[in-house]
Amino acid sequence: METFLQQVVSGLAAGGIYAAFALALVMTYLATNAVNFAQGEMAMFSTFVASALIESGMPYWAAFFVTLAIAFLGGVAIERAILRPLERAPVLALTIVTIGLLTIFNSMAGWIFGYTIRTFPSPFPPSPVRLGGIVVSRHSLGSLGVTLALLALLYVFFRYTHLGLAMRAAARYPVGSRLVGIRVGWMLALGWGLAAAIGAVAGILIAPVLFLEPNMMGGILIYAFAAATLGGFTSPVGAVIGGFLVGIIENLAGTYIRFIGADLKLTVALGIIVLVLIFKPSGLFGQPHAQQL
Amino acid sequence: MDAPRIEWVTTDRRPAASVQIWKAAAAVGLVALACALPFLSSDYALFQYCQVYSYAIALLGLNVLTGYNGQISLGHGAFYAVGGYTTAILMERAGVAYGWTLPISGVLCFVVGFLFGLPALRIAGTYLALATFALALSVPQILKHFDSWTGGTQGMVVAKPEAPRLLHLNSDQWLYFLTFAILLLLMILAWNLLRGRIGRAIVAIRDNPVASQAMGVHNALYKSLCFGLSASYTGIAGSLAALSVGFVSPDSFTALLSITLLVGVVVGGLASISGAILGAIFVQFMPSAAHELSKAAPWAIYGASLILCMYVMPGGAAGLLQRLWQRAARRLR
Repeated sequence: METFLQQVVSGLAAGGIYAAFALALVMTYLATNAVNFAQGEMAMFSTFVASALIESGMPYWAAFFVTLAIAFLGGVAIERAILRPLERAPVLALTIVTIGLLTIFNSMAGWIFGYTIRTFPSPFPPSPVRLGGIVVSRHSLGSLGVTLALLALLYVFFRYTHLGLAMRAAARYPVGSRLVGIRVGWMLALGWGLAAAIGAVAGILIAPVLFLEPNMMGGILIYAFAAATLGGFTSPVGAVIGGFLVGIIENLAGTYIRFIGADLKLTVALGIIVLVLIFKPSGLFGQPHAQQL
Repeated sequence: MDAPRIEWVTTDRRPAASVQIWKAAAAVGLVALACALPFLSSDYALFQYCQVYSYAIALLGLNVLTGYNGQISLGHGAFYAVGGYTTAILMERAGVAYGWTLPISGVLCFVVGFLFGLPALRIAGTYLALATFALALSVPQILKHFDSWTGGTQGMVVAKPEAPRLLHLNSDQWLYFLTFAILLLLMILAWNLLRGRIGRAIVAIRDNPVASQAMGVHNALYKSLCFGLSASYTGIAGSLAALSVGFVSPDSFTALLSITLLVGVVVGGLASISGAILGAIFVQFMPSAAHELSKAAPWAIYGASLILCMYVMPGGAAGLLQRLWQRAARRLR
């Protein structure tokens, strides 16, 4: 029982990161109707920026927020410069462009920051917390807290602010929004910017656990994909719940199914994606896709 | 600014007789050149050409799926791996002759691709890209997991096939001719398949699935068949690549391989048969050329060329050549 609880708690801790990433994916999907394959690499790049800022002597939290601002502006710039001209292009073109961005960010990071593995500081003290028989690192608890705070902020933003409502309207009903005076293009760009900033948060939170190097995000990205698919690509809440579920499933499957162990964990994510797509393509909380003729 | 369209290079327009003669002459010339190469080049160059041809076969397969049928796959590296490992395991563990492993990996990949294509029927566009990308990412792990079969991280050595004694060729030359012949055969097969009734159905599904269904095309069947066929081509390519490299290991089949294949298809030209060879030349020779600049340069160039192709050269290199050719022909007339 103790092992079980321990695994569930570790799963929740990892799930927080997946949830943040899945949230970023859902944000871009809602804004531009494309899955951003470069999301992980953009987050990795932002994390390198944060690392460089900290090494230059900036305090941790200052570097954190400066990085978020840079990521936000970068996301907006990418949407304006690269995605905007492809607004009405087929999905194939959008997907190919985000794959292009993926390889560019990956190689740029290697080019500028090098391929040696770096450590990344955690703002939380290293000593673990004991709750009964369960051991949790303070970093996991802290990142869980940051993720939940981020969620709450986003919820308030999208539910109660004028800008948040305008962004939702622009993503959902572009023509109608334009008619009531919302600048749809800029709203979508803001969506990309927000997604990039959320990704940066996730990257900074996972970096102390994974270490920092250009290829760190491959595994995380696939879990985030699984989380977003499970929760539904059209539902931010679903993405977060999906993130926690994937974290827990991954840990439990790794512990209790002997066949899977530690080295087939990525395949668990693949399995989740394929199963969800076969049996409930819209995910747990997503809206079923309808096509107009 | 208008959204750029993906221009599909279609092959079903019938050009004038003089153009056809020119094209046939150019094709014969190229084949003759390719047949002369083994006697003029070093063994290492031959190995590189072999790689180009294997890539070209895989790109041909991916192009049937992505270019002609409009289904995005970011996981074709997985089928390349299945092909390569089928050859390696059959030869080294079961003692099967190398020639037999090629059709076997073709059939095996067809079945695997067909089965993977079945759930893909329910999912379109980005979701398919997602599922296949997940497949590509998990391949190395799966290969490492079944190490009693695949040799795990160590990989497996594949014996280089000897030329039949009759031909007086060394094994590099023999492998070159074998790969080239299979490429030609598969190109002709694909060309025949795509220019007829089946090809039109495949393209119709890409352009308007609802209309094609209404016209009586069995969308589900054709889409799965496309997936199977495409996987089969890629599997054969993987087998040939394993033979010419002489080694397979999980690290040769990472997600980057799948992205490389996508780059090849896009740069060579979506929905173009000759584009496969141009794309293959690009993905084989560009990285080593750019590597001198920086370790990261090849991938930066891959990324930039993907994005550039979507903006300024939607037909890829083949589309560009075709446009130049048409302009030249107009001037000559």
